[in-house]
Amino acid sequence: MAGWPAETKYIGHSTLRIDAPEKVSGRARYSSDIQAEGWLYGMILRSKWPAAKITGINLDKALAVPGIKAAITVQDGERTVRFYGEELAAVAGMTKQACLDALRAIVVQAKALDFVVNETEGLKSDSAQVWEGSPNASNPKPREKGDVDTAFNECAAVSEGFYHTPVQIHNPMETAGSTISWTDDGITAWVSTQGIFGSRDALASSLKVDQDKVRVLCDFMGGGFGAKFPPILESVLAARLSKETNAPVRLMLTRFDQALAVGNRPSSFQKIKIGATADGMLHAFDLDNYGTGGIGSGGSSAGGGSGVMLAMPYIYEVPNSRVKQAVVNINAGAARAFRAPGHPPTSFGMESAMDDLAAKLGIDPVEFRLKNDPGEIRQREYKAGIERFGWKDKYKKPGSSPGVVKTGIGCAGAAWPAGGANRRTQGEAQINPDGTIEVRLGVQDLGTGTKTVIAVVAAEILGLKPEQISVKVGDTRFPPGPGSGGSTTCASISPTVYDVCSKALEQIQTQTGVADARGANWFDACKKLGVNPLVVHGQWQAGMSSDHACGVQFAEVDVDTETGLVTVKKICCVQDCGLIVNKNTLESQINGGIIMGMGYALYEERVMDDLSGVVLNPNFETYKVSGIADVPDIDILLINMPERGVIGIGEPATVPTAAAIGNAVFNAIGVRVGSLPITPAKVLAALGKVPAPTKS
Amino acid sequence: MKEQDKDGLIGSFSRRTFLKSLGTTAVTVAAARTQAVAAELEKANAEKVIGPGAVPVTLRVNGDTLKLMLEPRVTLLDALRNYSSLTGSKEGCDRATCGACTVMVDDVPIYSCQKLAIEMQGKNITTVEGLAKSGTLSNVQQAFVDRDALMCGYCTPGFVMSVTALLRKNPHPTMDDVKHACAGNICRCGTQPRVMEAAMQAAGVLPKTAGLSKTEIIDYGRLAS
Repeated sequence: MAGWPAETKYIGHSTLRIDAPEKVSGRARYSSDIQAEGWLYGMILRSKWPAAKITGINLDKALAVPGIKAAITVQDGERTVRFYGEELAAVAGMTKQACLDALRAIVVQAKALDFVVNETEGLKSDSAQVWEGSPNASNPKPREKGDVDTAFNECAAVSEGFYHTPVQIHNPMETAGSTISWTDDGITAWVSTQGIFGSRDALASSLKVDQDKVRVLCDFMGGGFGAKFPPILESVLAARLSKETNAPVRLMLTRFDQALAVGNRPSSFQKIKIGATADGMLHAFDLDNYGTGGIGSGGSSAGGGSGVMLAMPYIYEVPNSRVKQAVVNINAGAARAFRAPGHPPTSFGMESAMDDLAAKLGIDPVEFRLKNDPGEIRQREYKAGIERFGWKDKYKKPGSSPGVVKTGIGCAGAAWPAGGANRRTQGEAQINPDGTIEVRLGVQDLGTGTKTVIAVVAAEILGLKPEQISVKVGDTRFPPGPGSGGSTTCASISPTVYDVCSKALEQIQTQTGVADARGANWFDACKKLGVNPLVVHGQWQAGMSSDHACGVQFAEVDVDTETGLVTVKKICCVQDCGLIVNKNTLESQINGGIIMGMGYALYEERVMDDLSGVVLNPNFETYKVSGIADVPDIDILLINMPERGVIGIGEPATVPTAAAIGNAVFNAIGVRVGSLPITPAKVLAALGKVPAPTKS
Repeated sequence: MKEQDKDGLIGSFSRRTFLKSLGTTAVTVAAARTQAVAAELEKANAEKVIGPGAVPVTLRVNGDTLKLMLEPRVTLLDALRNYSSLTGSKEGCDRATCGACTVMVDDVPIYSCQKLAIEMQGKNITTVEGLAKSGTLSNVQQAFVDRDALMCGYCTPGFVMSVTALLRKNPHPTMDDVKHACAGNICRCGTQPRVMEAAMQAAGVLPKTAGLSKTEIIDYGRLAS
């Protein structure tokens, strides 16, 4: 692709993560580590009712707790809360213990209201209304193409199935929150955020402060996965507490808070009917789906773009298709974007249905995909994966694996049509006469390796080593960059850094007369700059990045038919991602996507109690994520496509994992466990050994 | 667990603390079980009550002495992160489930969120900052860097401490030993495969080669269409 050098020293190779030494030694300062002079703790009081009319909040006793400096309500006057965990009040104090005491001392007068926390109940017309005067379920018109009912009659095989995906909680290791100092000079906010500029603007508008008086900083952050986009109500509260106390306030959510109020992946309940003609071509598709994003949009901590509606029939083209979907509001925390919003549930539903239909047709599932997948890149990826994974040797008909512990394999495909780049991304470099260089971009590094990517691209263009580049991100005083979402960061910043560095070389030539300041000439050229450092500004350039990463994955599992335990032995991932910038951090990203996808397949599910309306597993002992002993052998084949330019990879790699694992379980035991997570109880129920679990 | 064999309860200091927190009825039942416990209780009752206000607490961390004023209910993690500048140990859950707060006490890895600072007086506490005090990364830390055994890095200090403690106890671990040692550490980014590699590199089983991986890159044009 135009611009990117064909021969490279760093781009496409492996560079160690440049901030790794700070992270392994404890020197990295995250938002939760900021110890601003005279800082106070902040904490939030949350609703213990899933729905209630709040008639009064008395803070007097909280303010009387020794060490407490301020207590505020989120909102004055009467209000309605709509989920267990909704923010009511906040306190700031000298110690965490004082804050805990103060939260207990706040008196809340409330009238409990009827509520509903179960999607299926929420659909019923007589269920409690989450938003007064409006039905819980949307009722959009079905989207129909062709003549579905007639088409099913023309099919040689038809499969009907029910596929369910649960609400998943992001649970980044560092919870959301910030340390904020609000003085007469303005607001300085160290926010653990995926969007420093979005956070700045949210603080400015919520607090009615000019944007130039708000500075958001985020040097290190402990993961986000979508949960750390604005709105940042917890930061707004921290800022108000800071103003009231004239002191910096650190308000990080507790693990419980994180599970209740700052987003999740919506659930899905997919009734799928799918048919193919005798030659194995998809002919008819019918989906009836509903799912919940909690209270939906409208709440104070609701985020957008969470993806309840599924883009069905996903990566396939079916001549006759009908898609009917409803969003159901329930009394639970609002959904937010979660790593590839909409895609893992879509992939799970569609790819499960594909394998169920393949079994009815008596076709090998990969063959069935090669017949029907219109994606040219995925076609090649499947073929490469078949060889690498050894599909043909391993494949047996569903349920034909002998013995108590049965082995199975499965596959699934993905697409990430979002992606692309933020075209307004800017950056700058300051080049000093001693040859040191600082590259500054107003982005944030979630842990994906953003800083390292900047160093790799700058080093490549300038002919320097990555460790010679001082990378600065996470400051709204730097040129604006994108929020870290949609896997757009890498494709936004790489062309930007290319432009900054190319312009730097031009300007050095103009200013010093050195025709080629790269590499060996660098220090001499910089010396000729004179006393003043050179500051060069650049911006994103078209034609150096693109979007739409595909990818296919193959899974191999053991299923113990006596205990119901599923063990993932191997995941083989064949992934395209355009021009590979840094193989080292790219591979880590893919590992991460697969391991999170495995958690979605086997362990993760937010459990609500229908009777009390509370989240029953808002912590790590009951909300299970993949642990080190669960991790399978991960084998990655990267498809190099430099002609497409840079494409982000954070999201695509997590999309097909759960579907591939689900299909491998089906292949092992010959019956479908259509509900995620695939727990031992569900496996044993599918085998008819125990009664079906009562929920989901 | 030797203490447990002796009289059915764990560790003399925590036993005393435990008994103090019990109501009379429970204490009576417990005391009936063993003479030793009754004697312990008598001793405990004779002691001066500490707190609830802040009291002087002296901790030995990374070879340095930290003199702090802490309420007795302040945890070791809280003391490190919020009463000193040692923020390397992270708080991921504050309830013994995630391992981000792992530190070593006399070479034994513990969740620092589950110990009261006041109980840790007189012990040798090592945090992640203590591993590279000279400015040079330890073998384990360097292996984490070399193998990219970290992403966001928030769980990393905990994993580094768990692996360090493992290697001190067992310099030649198997992969299963590493999995066992890190079973109490949660990582949400998915660094586990590379944590295992890093541990094996630090143990000398895998070579000290940066950026080694079996991931293969193939040009699109070379794939069969």
